[in-house]
Amino acid sequence: MTSSANTAGLSGGAAGGSRRAGGVSRRPSGRAAAANGLLRGLPLVPSVVLLAVFLAGPIGYCVYYAFTDMQLTGATGTSFVGFDNFTRAFKDSDFTNAVELTLIFVVGSAVIGQNTLGLALAVLMEKASKPVRSVTSTVVIAAWVLPEVVAGYLMYAFFFDQGSLNSILHALHLPQQNWLYTLPILAVCIANVWRGTAFSMLVYSAALNDVPQELVEAAEVDGAGPWQRLWRVTLPVIRRSIMTNLMLITLQTLSVFGLIYTMTRGGPGNKTETLPIFMYQQAFQNSLIGYGTAIALVLLVVGALFSFVYIRMLKVEEF
Amino acid sequence: MAVTESPRAVDLAPPAARPAGGRSRGSRARASRIVVNAGLLAFSVLYLVPLVWMLLAAVNPHASFRMAVPSPTTENFRHILNKDTTYRPMLNGLLLCGGGTLLCVVCSVLAAYPLSRFRSRLRRPFLLTILFSTGLPITAVMIPVYSMFVQVDLIDSMPGATLFLAASALPFGIWLMKNFMDGVPVVLEEAARIDGANSLQVLRRIILPLMWPGVIVVTIFTFIGMWGNFFVPFILLLSPEKLPASVSVFTFLSAHDQTQYGQLSAFSITYSIPVVLLYLVLARRLGGGFALGGALKG
Repeated sequence: MTSSANTAGLSGGAAGGSRRAGGVSRRPSGRAAAANGLLRGLPLVPSVVLLAVFLAGPIGYCVYYAFTDMQLTGATGTSFVGFDNFTRAFKDSDFTNAVELTLIFVVGSAVIGQNTLGLALAVLMEKASKPVRSVTSTVVIAAWVLPEVVAGYLMYAFFFDQGSLNSILHALHLPQQNWLYTLPILAVCIANVWRGTAFSMLVYSAALNDVPQELVEAAEVDGAGPWQRLWRVTLPVIRRSIMTNLMLITLQTLSVFGLIYTMTRGGPGNKTETLPIFMYQQAFQNSLIGYGTAIALVLLVVGALFSFVYIRMLKVEEF
Repeated sequence: MAVTESPRAVDLAPPAARPAGGRSRGSRARASRIVVNAGLLAFSVLYLVPLVWMLLAAVNPHASFRMAVPSPTTENFRHILNKDTTYRPMLNGLLLCGGGTLLCVVCSVLAAYPLSRFRSRLRRPFLLTILFSTGLPITAVMIPVYSMFVQVDLIDSMPGATLFLAASALPFGIWLMKNFMDGVPVVLEEAARIDGANSLQVLRRIILPLMWPGVIVVTIFTFIGMWGNFFVPFILLLSPEKLPASVSVFTFLSAHDQTQYGQLSAFSITYSIPVVLLYLVLARRLGGGFALGGALKG
């Protein structure tokens, strides 16, 4: 046990230690060991088979199909076209539009929206009285627990021309507009914030609980105001939670499909056509499976990069 | 934060002790607490608007997008509670997600055992791969999965979709389950082994009973995820009579041009009830999201 402090971040540190001490009590040698090793790995077989066939398989296919001109009709021969799909994508103004919208959607709704709101809620909830705290967390979590399509439907109704948002604005004597037509990307961003903030809120509530109270008190005694305490003490202490949370919500937001599709179907025009929706429409509505797969591969690679950075950040020295 | 039911994960209340300042600071703290409370309550009311609209629309036979307080009727529910609109999609969802969850949980318990108990050179790379795949966007592989399923004739097959759902939830399932299993002390297991129990007996008699809460968390969490999943059944299933509720909410919304918003709301509520209930069970057991929030953090 060299790094129990680090291990504790991932698995029960104590359990890890005792397991280690007990696990390797006897080490048979030679062929017996090999047989034993195989036997021990046996329970992994169902999972490995499932993952290989239904996850690794499709990823392999994804890489392969992305370089072909496969079409939905299929029968008329599929041939290898090299990087054609990718050069085509980078010349396609709809693709660049989708990349831009995906960036706006991820940065706007996840990195800025969910992350900031979640942190603000967690910080304020610490200061609030208990009933208020439970009301707030229940409401925010309720929006998160609802299935994606239902959330999309509710947000559609909320932003609709005759919907609740315009009624509220009307009551407040503020200008109204048909949100789903004038600012559709803003509407889907807010929808994603509404639906997803609970996750960040939960992560940050847990993280704030771990901030040593003495540290905050010491800063207060030294005369730091609430903002300074937040910026100089609390946030630096929970910075790892912030990074992990950012990674996870980015990954989740990157692949949002149902929410946007229910609200706008990528429209009006292509104003909310993020990469997953663009990919779906190319593959199934324009029947260009090869092209759609190339876009999927781009999405997969971006996701893989984030996922890679994420596991690096967890500092997994040992499991 | 470990994936364990540590007491602090369960308790959402922060430590009660606050810096005991002078009297003036005390009153200022009270004032700021009132402001915070009022702000959070106002925020909650705003957050609640879309949900309240759905609840009101569901009991209003003439519901529109404008919020209105009707004299409540159950008409909308009576309209949708029939085989084609509600029962079959819900049953399909139950078969797909129940089957997928069962498969996923059984496979991840089995896989977690060697990963948690034995050392091997392959263990670390395997776990890293698992952790890595929890982050991959499943949305992105759906097109190749579709092409693959067309080739092996699994399109529009419920078992096919179930297998895929199980596989896509498996990385996270294995990861969680392995971490829960790490929490079961190995000493008990050794005692049983000395008494002559084999691995399967140890797993069934010793480990599973001790990590039952963990198994339940993984089960409920997996099921909630699948029940809400729209894209996978949307792509892999075609016949209307095989579609689960997640997809039929969507077709309901787009098929009827003069959509009956009251009925759609009633259906949305019916469809959401199972996951809301399951979430409540989870929350009761483990402080809900707080433990899960920690678990997801890694």
